[in-house]
Amino acid sequence: MSDQKQERVGVYVCHCGTNIAGTVDVVDVANWAAEKLKHQGVIIAREYKFMCSSLGQELIEKDIKELGLTRVVVAACSPHLHEKTFRTAAKNAGLNPYLVELASIREQVSWVHTDKVVATAKSKAVVSGAVSRVIENRALDEIKVPINPNTLIVGGGVAGIQSALEIANAGFHVYLVEREPSIGGHMAQFDKTFPTLDCSACILTPRMVEAGTHPNITLLTWSEVTNVAGYVGNFHVTIKKKARFVNEELCTGCGICQEKCPKKVIDDVYEAGLGYRKTVYTPFAQAVPNFPVMDKENCTYFIKGTCKACEKFCPTNAIDFAQQDQMLNIDVGNIILATGYDLFDARRVSNYGYGRLPNVFTSLEFERLSNAAGPTSGNIVLRDGKTMPKSVGIIHCVGSRDKNFNNYCSTICCMQGLKFAHLVHERTGATVYNFYIDMRTAYKAYDEFYQRVLEEGTLFVRGKVAEVTDAARNDREKGKLIIQCEDTLAGKQRRIPVDMVILSSGLQPRKDAKEVGKLFGISCSMDGWFTEKHPKLDPVATMTEGIYIVGCAQGPKDIPSSVAQGAAASARVLDKILQKEVSLEPIKASINKEACSGCRICNGLCPFNAIAFIADDMVSDINPALCQGCGTCVAACPAGAISGTGFSDAQIMAQIDGLLLKNLEIGNY
Amino acid sequence: MTDDTFEPTIIGFTCNWCSYRASDLAGTARMKYAPNVRLIRLMCSGRLDPTFVLRALSGGADGVMITGCHPGECHYIEQNYKALRRFLLLRRVLTGLGIEPERVKLVWASAAEGAKFAAEATAFVEEIRKLGPLNWGKADSGQQTVDHEEPSTVHRPSSEVEVPA
Repeated sequence: MSDQKQERVGVYVCHCGTNIAGTVDVVDVANWAAEKLKHQGVIIAREYKFMCSSLGQELIEKDIKELGLTRVVVAACSPHLHEKTFRTAAKNAGLNPYLVELASIREQVSWVHTDKVVATAKSKAVVSGAVSRVIENRALDEIKVPINPNTLIVGGGVAGIQSALEIANAGFHVYLVEREPSIGGHMAQFDKTFPTLDCSACILTPRMVEAGTHPNITLLTWSEVTNVAGYVGNFHVTIKKKARFVNEELCTGCGICQEKCPKKVIDDVYEAGLGYRKTVYTPFAQAVPNFPVMDKENCTYFIKGTCKACEKFCPTNAIDFAQQDQMLNIDVGNIILATGYDLFDARRVSNYGYGRLPNVFTSLEFERLSNAAGPTSGNIVLRDGKTMPKSVGIIHCVGSRDKNFNNYCSTICCMQGLKFAHLVHERTGATVYNFYIDMRTAYKAYDEFYQRVLEEGTLFVRGKVAEVTDAARNDREKGKLIIQCEDTLAGKQRRIPVDMVILSSGLQPRKDAKEVGKLFGISCSMDGWFTEKHPKLDPVATMTEGIYIVGCAQGPKDIPSSVAQGAAASARVLDKILQKEVSLEPIKASINKEACSGCRICNGLCPFNAIAFIADDMVSDINPALCQGCGTCVAACPAGAISGTGFSDAQIMAQIDGLLLKNLEIGNY
Repeated sequence: MTDDTFEPTIIGFTCNWCSYRASDLAGTARMKYAPNVRLIRLMCSGRLDPTFVLRALSGGADGVMITGCHPGECHYIEQNYKALRRFLLLRRVLTGLGIEPERVKLVWASAAEGAKFAAEATAFVEEIRKLGPLNWGKADSGQQTVDHEEPSTVHRPSSEVEVPA
């Protein structure tokens, strides 16, 4: 106890209903603290059913006022849940919020241990640690920083577009960055959307146009974020705007260059490998923006040095072969990541024959096949481009719910498979089989759609397909693809010959999700999806303040959920913008210049370049605006000249002693 | 001491962003692990001053578990690498002091790895149980006193530090 006067500590033990009280004798813990930690300054220890309730908070506030508490320990849940609640309560009662400590006896004790005696003993140790620590806490003032009202949105799919429009319509500026030449994302590739069978383009393109022409939206397509620095309210972002070789100021989007370009290449992105595009191209007719991009890898001019057909025919001289990649620096206050998903690579399930058997299609290929603007003008035909299938098998859960690939359910594949069944039935009249493990048609009007497809006569086989093969065993199977499957409802093996197989592939995280996460300072789950701050109550925020995740970047989801998340994140961002400033945790390191020997050991340790050496004084100094509060320099300083607020040596040492019950009056308990 | 009833006391250091959240997740998911581990939250594993570990071991802990984000996933970019460097040095210091270096363990756990956190905690307790109690600091003080020594956080200005000859 480094202070002269003894602190007056209050200890509050929460029952959390039976969450804590079921495993920990909370009354015993409170009585123990009152008795054994009295010499440390504990003047009151109470237990209460729900400390976080308004009555519980009032209890603490009343004690602060009436008993003159100078420190508060709340033994309850994780500080990540209710630290703010109790700090606010303390603040309301006139006590500096940083003089409150939470002792986690729920996540760290009652929920992970079963023996009541042991759990109670551990709770006492945890409380003792918190009491010792809180005495060393110092009053801190929150740091307020202004919020830059601009927002960066990464990814121009339906979720990103929704976010951008919401913020832009509220009157604030948005930078919408998309790595492809056009916004629209996966939804722009689809023909119909389940369960209403809305035409995807009809509902999406007006939104795309709105985003493309909105005065508050700066659209940066064919661009990627390369660096992010700063913190909530004040991010500094570097964006690489790749050379389009088309001057956006001059281009009118007339499309003559595409018409005249003599070279065709297979379009692996938008047409999923089924169609062709020119080397100067917009991915699709309704692309936003409608300026084309030049495919440098394939362009004849870039390969051979001659051609320039596009340049010759361009009526506005917009083709610019000398264009260079540009690096743009922008400042924003908040960032929304709407980076979407990759389709599971069906080649990995080799027994389904994709890539080997020509008439096995992926879901994205089928979307393009059935799309009126697609390579077959919406005719559902086999790989030869002309034969209409008479029988089609749709296999669900490809790459999902499978220990060999992804354990999770991709949520959209069942409805996607049903949509395919309907489209095949409607356009070809073919017999359709759906092979499913479980039919998951949750959400509004989804199950009704299932019933509709059932009534249309689609056949459903419950069982995981073992193999798709072209090895016929009899005449009936000759020339067909045979789906080998155990029908778990009938309890027998089936071999069903079909003309066409569609794999309802699952969704998986972007292959560069981890690097993107690192760039923005957020983490990924075990499966690789970005991790939300709280799975129930904060699904669009992340652990890093000012960074939000929406749409499939957070996990597989359908269009309505993606749009809802897009809007939700915008509400969060607008909330931040309208507050005009944000409070930052005052956890910063600072150097005592008197004690600094100028050894410069700390200088190289800081990844944020917050520590500079002042040559005139021969000491180092920390810039609090850049310091993120990790404390690495504090631990490294050989002279002990650096101290870290909120996590000082004194606090941690005291907590160690407290946890080891060294602070008890008489020996160990 | 080969006491069958020996229950190790372990101090665990966690970082605010990954491993503490892993321990929270272990709680939320009701994963059970050995109750011998008592946790301290730091902002980053890079904050871990090796003297914290010595303080814990000399103060009655039988083992110390240091946890942080996986390499490459540090919230502060790369500070967990500094924790790794200190950990490796610390093990050498412990060996020099005649203490089994296995009493200090480094575990990486992401915020999603509640199960790993629980499993590592339980495994470490068993490892320490095999090593037996450390008893550092118990030999000379039968009785703990109220006015235990102050944390040595106050350093003299560098100009006054004597340089050993």
